[in-house]
Amino acid sequence: MQSFDAIVIGGGTNGMACAARLTKGGKRVLVLDAADRPGGAAVGGDPASGALQMPLAHLLMMLDPRVHAGMDLDQHGFSYAATDLTTTALSATGDHLVLEGPAGASVSGSLSDADRAAWATLRKRLLTYAEALVPFRALTPPRIARKAGNDMLGLAKIGLGLRRLGREEFREFLRLFLINVADFLEDDLTDDRLRGVLAFDAVLGSWLGPRSPNSLLVYLNRLAGEAAGTRAALALPKGGMGTVADAMARSTAASGVTLQSGARVERILIEDDRATGVVLTSGETYRAPTIVSAAGPKQTLLDLVGARHLDTGFVRRTRNIRSRGGAAKLHLALTARPDFRGADLATRLMIAPDINTVENAFNATKYGEVPERPVMEIVIPTAHEGTGTDDPHLLSAIVQFAPHDPRDGLDKARKQMLANTLNVLEDHAPGIGGLISERELLMPQDIEARYGMAGGNWHHGELSVEQMLFLRPFADVAQYSTPIAGLWLASAGSHPGGGISGAAGWNAAERILSGVAA
Amino acid sequence: MSYDAAIIGAGHNGLVAACYLARAGLKVVVVEKNDWIGGAAVSRELHPGFTYSNCSYVCSLFRPEIMRDLELPKYGLQVLPYEGGAVFTRDGGYLAIFRDHDANRREFARYSPRDAEAYDRYSRDIMRHCRFIRPLLMRTPPDPATFRPRDLAELAWLGRKVGEMSESQICDMIRFWTMSISDFLDEYFESPVIKAYLAVSAIIGTALGPMSPGSAYVLLHHYMGDVDGNVGAWGFARGGMGAITQALTASLRASGGEVRTGKGVEQVLVRNGRAVGLRLDGGEEIVAKRVLSNMDVKRTFLKHVDRDELPPDFTRRVERFKTRGSSGKLNIALDAAPHFPALPEGAPMLKGDLHFTDSVERMERAYDDWKAGRFSRDPFQDTMMPTMIDPTMAPPGKHFMSCFIQYAPPKIDGRDWTDADRDAFGQTVIDQIAEYSPGFKDRVLHAEIRTPRELEAEVGLTEGNIFQGELTFDQLLFNRPVPGYAQYKTPIRDLWLCGSSAHPGGGVMGAPGRNAAAEILRDTRASTEMREAYAVV
Repeated sequence: MQSFDAIVIGGGTNGMACAARLTKGGKRVLVLDAADRPGGAAVGGDPASGALQMPLAHLLMMLDPRVHAGMDLDQHGFSYAATDLTTTALSATGDHLVLEGPAGASVSGSLSDADRAAWATLRKRLLTYAEALVPFRALTPPRIARKAGNDMLGLAKIGLGLRRLGREEFREFLRLFLINVADFLEDDLTDDRLRGVLAFDAVLGSWLGPRSPNSLLVYLNRLAGEAAGTRAALALPKGGMGTVADAMARSTAASGVTLQSGARVERILIEDDRATGVVLTSGETYRAPTIVSAAGPKQTLLDLVGARHLDTGFVRRTRNIRSRGGAAKLHLALTARPDFRGADLATRLMIAPDINTVENAFNATKYGEVPERPVMEIVIPTAHEGTGTDDPHLLSAIVQFAPHDPRDGLDKARKQMLANTLNVLEDHAPGIGGLISERELLMPQDIEARYGMAGGNWHHGELSVEQMLFLRPFADVAQYSTPIAGLWLASAGSHPGGGISGAAGWNAAERILSGVAA
Repeated sequence: MSYDAAIIGAGHNGLVAACYLARAGLKVVVVEKNDWIGGAAVSRELHPGFTYSNCSYVCSLFRPEIMRDLELPKYGLQVLPYEGGAVFTRDGGYLAIFRDHDANRREFARYSPRDAEAYDRYSRDIMRHCRFIRPLLMRTPPDPATFRPRDLAELAWLGRKVGEMSESQICDMIRFWTMSISDFLDEYFESPVIKAYLAVSAIIGTALGPMSPGSAYVLLHHYMGDVDGNVGAWGFARGGMGAITQALTASLRASGGEVRTGKGVEQVLVRNGRAVGLRLDGGEEIVAKRVLSNMDVKRTFLKHVDRDELPPDFTRRVERFKTRGSSGKLNIALDAAPHFPALPEGAPMLKGDLHFTDSVERMERAYDDWKAGRFSRDPFQDTMMPTMIDPTMAPPGKHFMSCFIQYAPPKIDGRDWTDADRDAFGQTVIDQIAEYSPGFKDRVLHAEIRTPRELEAEVGLTEGNIFQGELTFDQLLFNRPVPGYAQYKTPIRDLWLCGSSAHPGGGVMGAPGRNAAAEILRDTRASTEMREAYAVV
């Protein structure tokens, strides 16, 4: 039997990024992935779902440049179908607002001059703050204790970066740090469409409404991402999101990583408080001195390790990782081109008419209910790759908010959510209902079942201030190591979170290679 | 006539500041627009024979240091601790609350043995967070954006205080500060009614729901109080909340200070960028070397200071200071003690807070109504009868009932409150009580209904915000009220803020008034007595 230096559990973006980095560091790595095709959330569901094998993620905005370059993705079949994607804030009357360039650098449509000017100022401020946060993403979160072996020089540099904003901007940063995004927007902007779409972007993928404090920071974190070399931009890979996963798989294979699909890990072998291997559901056992889990922290620690190997307090903290998914995913196959009242389909289409609609959609979710008027981000992948008017189209939408634990049961909630979503869609694209040939709506629970993400939260744990940086997933395990020697965490549940990025996996590998004991 | 300091507003903070300044030898005058003193800490006879604490209604946050310094007990202030209270459940039951930890624990066990166990851990953790933050109340916040020795020294002091904790304690604290109370309680408890009871302090007076991040901090804000050294305990001021401001007035007069009522301030007089006095309604002018405003920051600068005297950036920031009111109040004179069939006969619970909201979800739904610009049809209320403990407030056998209501929006559907709205709001509250107390309506002799509109009109709180500004992180510590002006100073030389718009914020605490006085004395070098208000490292 072949012997390995490290076993990576999970062949998603983070698992593969981690394996690639470890291999570069001279390790022999085995990646075990439960699915038939590696890639996690970047690939579609099982082939049984027919034409709708669409991935969970539908846009690139966080792909870590270290991963992109380090894995030579461009050499392995990855390219962009669209970079610097335009966003259209849809209006039900056809009075759309079009935001071009990264984070809406220019806006066309009926927007007042005052709002235009105010947005230019706000945008500049947001991007300045986001830029100051960028170095954090590639960092092993520091520890709070003194003499904890932090890279003090590196931290001081980042701190100085914030201070260099200048006294007034630094003060403003400290004020805005934990503010809610609604107050931030309402202070300066008056246009409902613009405010709605920005508020929606801020809370996309999180369990917060725009009026929840701390929501601006989550937005800044998102703006700190980049696509195709541009900060805060959005991009679409050629051939769909699945090609990111495929390129990563090819890259890892080329670098000598052994990748085994259809291999579901049942438990992590622990001997003398040390992780020594994994046992698959098939009964096979693999051994290695280093085990890296790109499965979520809850699943890793509670299911694969098991409470009996851990302290009571530690188990409690693990259980307390908040992991509510608030987003549903809609996939439609359309027999012809839909018409969103003239909107350019090769843009990111947003239905978030104003802040209150976003907030109201969140309200329902708090009580396990389905919102009457959900808000959504729509991507029509087929529109980006030259399909004719009468050709079939695919539509992918992230629909918010959906309850992660529906009060009336999953089936009833899914049905209701689909009906409400299609109603909203029909208002913005009259006649779209008649074009639907296939449909699929994944509720957070469905996402959990399909992708193994606790609560259906695509960050494997909510990305919120109290679960960020050295608190992600919680303080004891924020530096990727765990109390079990030889066991490391590398999923989106660790810093800096998910979103087809690979950063967490890459960071974890760097940490492992640095020689710090787990 | 000329003064060393003129203070606008005879609320508790204005009076506290005045007392400290007078004791340091300054000649002070406090100017109050109403015919009575007290601001929001007031006792008023609004129905014959009944004394209403018609704004604030309980006392615990008031800093004991101030009580001691200003000898308030000598001037008549007596705080009467009260027993816990009860949360009524919709199924006809109740959760009793006691002052004693072990009694509470036993009561919790009735609902969930696991929660009873968790309560020990919970109390310990909360007390630790409290212990960290309490010393900060009486200190001027440092400005993290300057390199002044004073600010750096204070930051270093803070750093050392943080350093006294273990790594996991620090992380717990940061989590706690940024979390929602609902999430926080979920980490300890399973019983909805226990969580509903414990979440109360996180929403009182604030424009946040129990599921809003940052609400856990608000809980702390309410837990920092103590009565006779019993931390976290609450009490009634004998004779109503006005007893606090009356004692302060007596203390002030004993040190030679003056209070003038019945005439408000029209304008702060500014000459060459310096505050030089006040012009009162009717035109009378008071000359003073400095002016302290106990009004909130918006009212002070947007209504009573000439805009041309202020830097535009400052004015813009003041305009954006969030003061959305979220609370209402009913003050009720009762013919006899109400009967609550759910409670055992003669239950001590009637001596404390009565709540009719038995789940966090119901509170949050009331908050959703507030966000939508409505008052809730199922409001949260914190209701109590001080007369159960303090017989001086009503004729024998009769009772004064104070109902604090959350949430009431500053505007209804974007328009001003009308009298009809106000009455409907009051009726909703009375109906809710009557659900649990048959015959309640027949015992009501008189009710005063107060919405944010009434609070603004009478007490002068902008938008009826009882904290003179919301308690979210963007408006706390060095951000309160405006970054760069968190040290009680304002852009106008000799014009100071001493109300709850300044650090550490609202509640009948007295800390802003005391800290402002300390800053002024430091500024004038009139006294070294209070230097410790700012860390001397």
